Amino acid sequence: MSRNPYVRPVSKTTWYMRNGRYRKYMLREVTCLLVGFYSFFTICALAILAGGSETAWNDFLASQQTGFWVSFHAAALIYYLVYMTFDWFKLAPKALPLQLGEQKAPDWVVIVAHYVAWVVVTLVVLGFAGVF
Amino acid sequence: MSKRTLELEVLRYDPEQDAEPYFKTYQVPCENDWAILDALNYVKEELDTTLAYRWSCHMMVCGSCGMMINGEPVLTCKTFVRDLPDKVRVEPLENFPIERDLVVVLDDVMEKLQMAKPYIIRKDPPPEGKEHIQPRSALYKFKQYTMCVNCMCCYAACPQYALDSDFIGPAVLALAHRYNIDSRDQGKSERLDLLADHDGVWNCSFVGACSEVCPKNVDPAAALQQMKVDGAKEFWLQKLPGGKS
Repeated sequence: MSRNPYVRPVSKTTWYMRNGRYRKYMLREVTCLLVGFYSFFTICALAILAGGSETAWNDFLASQQTGFWVSFHAAALIYYLVYMTFDWFKLAPKALPLQLGEQKAPDWVVIVAHYVAWVVVTLVVLGFAGVF
Repeated sequence: MSKRTLELEVLRYDPEQDAEPYFKTYQVPCENDWAILDALNYVKEELDTTLAYRWSCHMMVCGSCGMMINGEPVLTCKTFVRDLPDKVRVEPLENFPIERDLVVVLDDVMEKLQMAKPYIIRKDPPPEGKEHIQPRSALYKFKQYTMCVNCMCCYAACPQYALDSDFIGPAVLALAHRYNIDSRDQGKSERLDLLADHDGVWNCSFVGACSEVCPKNVDPAAALQQMKVDGAKEFWLQKLPGGKS
């Protein structure tokens, strides 16, 4: 009997359509586009600020208060929270297993610690920004 | 005992006759408490003796009967008729070449398994006339990884392995991690090539499907992320003055 193994083709471009698990993963990974956009957006804002023109800066701020941009930023924030922050915090115990005594600590301990750290960092940043 | 007829669509491939695989449907009268493996055994014994598939223990220990059931990689001895619809599709594990029917070629993983050096490596001899004492806390660090039965369901679920078969893959890397974190082992540096190489942990993009499908509740995705943390730590320690190159 001769061997003639059959190799099933795998699509390099549509592999993530194979099941819901992969599609969910891609929804998480596509948040990198948002990170890219906001990096570019921040650089543009800094460039305007560094230009020294108060009028240009005020025009930029006013442009961000239109319905389109407010909706865009709100949608981006929700998408990012759902598919990046919540997802990554849920996965954090895998990379950082915590052992208390003989047994592994429950996953929620590590997850809650991440949320607490997130709140603290957010408060510090808002503090520096002069919100309080 | 309640009975029902299952429409079993089985992927068939005869390397000596077929250019590519095709589905063949069997009507199988099943008991509700049967596993899909029982249904396959019925096909083999009563309907079509030419069907080829692997199995041995029928009790989730040998890891031989991993297959795709309705697109999910599972152990067929652990997948029950009562949990499935009337139409069930049975295919060989994804991401492996098909040897014949439901039997896949596992040579690639078997070779990679040796690279992981899945045994305790000691540099210092054990204390004279004494065994190595391991506290329970040290045992629980790696115990879950010892439950792996090499069924390769994790490889069938891993899109990274599907796209790049050079990737060492979840089960083998998890096994390497199991020995790396065993307090009796001193062979971590010998497994470093496996860990640090592009085809090692860094090829994992953390889809996490391997852990979700594991029939033994092992968490290979966790092992790989912990190895990444170890690898990054090792990299920066080497950068320090006096660090090993």
